[in-house]
Amino acid sequence: MSIEIIPDGKGKGKNRKPLLIEAGIVAAIAVIVLFVLPPIFTGLGAGFQIGLLGRFMALAIAALGIDLIWGYTGMLSLGHGLFVALGGYALAMYLQLQIPAGQIPDFFQLYGVSELPTFWQPFYSFPFTIVAIFAIPMLVGGILGYLVFRNRIRGVYFSILTQAALIVFFNFFNGQQKLINGTNGLKTDTTTIFGAQVGSPPVQAVFYGLTVILLVAAYALCRWLTSGRLGRMLVAIRDDEPRVRFSGYNPTGYKVLVFAVSAGLAGIAGALYTVQSGIITPAQMNIAPSIEIVIWVAVGGRASLVGAILGALLVNFAKSTLSAQFPEVWLFFQGALFLAVVTLLPSGIVGWLRTEGIQNLRSLLGLRQPVATYPSLETDPEVKYERQSVGNRESDG
Amino acid sequence: MLSGILDGIFNGISIGSVLLLAALGLAIVFGLMGVINMAHGELMMLGAYTTFVVQNGFKQLGGVWFELYIFVALIAAFVVAAAVGLVLERGVIRYLYGRPLETLLATWGVSLILQQFVRSVSWQFVVGLGLFCLLYFGATTLLARRANWQQIRSWAIAILLPISAGIAIAIALVAGQMYKLPFTQPWFGAQNKDVTAPRWLRGGIPIGDYQLPSARLFIIGLTIACLIGIFLFLQKSPWGLRIRSVTQNRSMSACLGIPTKTVDALTFAIGSGLAGVAGSALGLLGSVGPNTGQNYIVDTFMVVVVGGVGKLVGSIVAAMLIGTANYVIGANVLQPLVAGSPALSSFFEFFATASMAKVMVFALIIVFLQFKPAGLFPQKGRTIDA
Repeated sequence: MSIEIIPDGKGKGKNRKPLLIEAGIVAAIAVIVLFVLPPIFTGLGAGFQIGLLGRFMALAIAALGIDLIWGYTGMLSLGHGLFVALGGYALAMYLQLQIPAGQIPDFFQLYGVSELPTFWQPFYSFPFTIVAIFAIPMLVGGILGYLVFRNRIRGVYFSILTQAALIVFFNFFNGQQKLINGTNGLKTDTTTIFGAQVGSPPVQAVFYGLTVILLVAAYALCRWLTSGRLGRMLVAIRDDEPRVRFSGYNPTGYKVLVFAVSAGLAGIAGALYTVQSGIITPAQMNIAPSIEIVIWVAVGGRASLVGAILGALLVNFAKSTLSAQFPEVWLFFQGALFLAVVTLLPSGIVGWLRTEGIQNLRSLLGLRQPVATYPSLETDPEVKYERQSVGNRESDG
Repeated sequence: MLSGILDGIFNGISIGSVLLLAALGLAIVFGLMGVINMAHGELMMLGAYTTFVVQNGFKQLGGVWFELYIFVALIAAFVVAAAVGLVLERGVIRYLYGRPLETLLATWGVSLILQQFVRSVSWQFVVGLGLFCLLYFGATTLLARRANWQQIRSWAIAILLPISAGIAIAIALVAGQMYKLPFTQPWFGAQNKDVTAPRWLRGGIPIGDYQLPSARLFIIGLTIACLIGIFLFLQKSPWGLRIRSVTQNRSMSACLGIPTKTVDALTFAIGSGLAGVAGSALGLLGSVGPNTGQNYIVDTFMVVVVGGVGKLVGSIVAAMLIGTANYVIGANVLQPLVAGSPALSSFFEFFATASMAKVMVFALIIVFLQFKPAGLFPQKGRTIDA
C-alpha cells in the first residue's frame, strides 16, 4: 500500500495533467465510435453490427453501475435487471402514448380495458419521462437499499434479497396484463417519437449517438465518484466495513447513495437498450439477464471502469456470434465462462493486464521484473515457498 | 368453514414442506460454509430426472415392483445428487472459500452447464466427455510425476486442453456418423418429462367431504423423515458433532484436529443429496424439465434468509410460514374476514393469484427483516460479521 498525499492548492495543477490526457483519450475514442465506425461497417455491408454495438454500449452503462457497487463497494446485486427494465418500461410507456389524443394503446383492447390506468397518465409528458427513466429506478433502489442496509444486511444475504426483489417485480409485470400488457411486453419500434418512427434508420442513428454520449457521461460520473473522498470511502466499505463503522462513519448513507446511482445508470441503460432492440418484456427481469450483467464486469475486471465497458462489449459480441451459430454450445460456454473467470481470472482482463500481463510482456522483452520488496527477499526460496503454500490462506476461517 | 380452514392448513403445510425439503440442504451448507449454492435447484432437477429414469426401469419389471419404485428412486436421487455435489465441492467450491460472492457466480455457471447438460446429453455426448476426461486428466496425472511439473504446468495445460478436446470431439462425431440416431439422440431433450406416481400415491384420503391428496401427504411424511434423519445425524453421530463444531468455530475446530476440509466435502455432499431427494418428491407433483430447479431457488433462498443460520428449527418455521403465507394470500383465504370492508377486500383480491402472492410475501419478508435482520433464530455470538 502506498501512502497517498492529499493534494493541496499547489499540487492540483500536477494532478490535472493525467486527467486531461485521459479525457482526451476518451473523447478520441468517442469520436471514432461516433463518426468513423458507422460508415466503415455500413460500407462493409455489416450495418447490423453497428446496431448491435449501440445496444451493447447501452448495456455497458448498466455494467458501469454494477462495477460501481460491486467492484468498488463490494455489494453484489443480482437484481439489476429490475432497474434496466424499469427504465426501459418508462420510455416504452411514453412511446406507446404517442398516438392521437383520446386513443389508448392497442393492446388494452385485447383485455377489455377502455380507460388508461392512472399511473400511465404522467407518461404523456416528455420531460417527466426523461426524469422517470433514471428517477424511478433510483427511488426503488434507494428504498430497497435503505431498508436492507440500515439493518446491516450485506454479503450473500444482500445478493439473494436483490434477486428476490427482481423475481417479485418479474411476477408483478408478468401477471398484470390489464395494466402493462403482461408477458408480451411493450413494443417500441413501430411507435413514433417527435413524429418520426422509432425503428427507422435515422432515429436509430440518433439513439446510437445518444448512447455513445451517455456512455461517456456515465463513465465520467463514475470516474468522478470513485476518484475523490467518496471513492476512498467506497473502497473502505468494500475492504472492511466494520472498521469503517468503528472509525466513526456510518456506511449506510454511502451504500444507499451508490446503490441508487447504480440503479439510475441501469435505468438509463434500459431505456437506450429498449429503443434500440425494439421491445421490452418482463423476461428482462428474469434471473439470468441480471447475473449476466455481473459476469460482464467480472470478465472485464472489477474495480476498473474501462474493464466494465470492455467486458460488456466482449461478452455480448461473443454471445451474439456464438448463440446464433451454436445455440446449444452457448450455455456451456457461458457456464464455463463463469467458472473460469471466478477461479482463474478473478481480477478480470484489465486486472490481469495491469499485473501479470505487464510482467509477461517485460519478461518477453527481456526486461528485469520490477521488484516490490527488498531484492534479497525476492530470491529467498523460503519466502517463495511460504508465499505459494501459505500466502492465500488468510481467507480461510 | 371448517373444510376451508382445514384446506388452508393442509395446503400451507404441504407447500411449506416442499420448500423445507428443498431448503434443508441449502440451509445446512450455508450454515457451515457461508456458501449459497445457486446450482441447488439444478441438483433438485437431477434428482427429479433420476426418479424419471428409475421409474422407466421399473416399468419394464411391471406389477408390484412398479408400486415400490419410488423408494429406490429416492435413494438413487440422493446418491446421484450427492455425487454431483461432491464433484462440485472438490472441483470448484473449495477453491473459493472465504469468497462467498464469487461462489455465487461460480455455482450459477455450474447451474447453466447442468441445465444444458440434461438437454443435450446423449450417448455421443457421454462418450465424448468420457474420452476427454480420460485423455486430459490421464495426461496431466502422468505429467505431474515429472520433477519440473510446476514449471511446465501452464504450458502443458495450454497444449493438452485443445488436443484432448479435439480428439474427443472428432471421435464422438465419427461415432455419431457410424451409429446414427440411437447414438446421437438426446436422452431427455428439452421437453418436460412426466413422472408417473405409483397407484397408491395417486388417490386421496377422504376426511369428511374433503380429500387429502396422497402424494402431498407422502411428501409431508418424507420431509418429516428427512428432518428426523438429519437431526439424528447432526446430534448423535460423530461426524454430526464435527459438522456442528465447524459450523460454530472453524479455526478452533481445525486447531483441535477436526479435518475441516473433509467436513466441508461431506456436508456439501449431504446437502446436495437432500436436494436430490427434494427433486425426486417434486417429480410426484408435476412434470420434470430442465428449468424445474429455477422455479424453486428464490423461494428456498428466502427460507434461509428468514430462518437464520445454523439451526434446523429456523428453517422449519420459516418454510412453514412462507408456505402458509403464500397459500393464504394466493387463495384469498382471508376473504370472509375482510368482507365487511370493501377497501381491504379489493386489496386482498388484487394479490389473490400465485404470482401476486409472492409479491406480498416478499414485502412481508422485507418488513420482517426490519425487526429481525439475522432471521428468526440467529446464531448468538460476539462476532462482528454475524
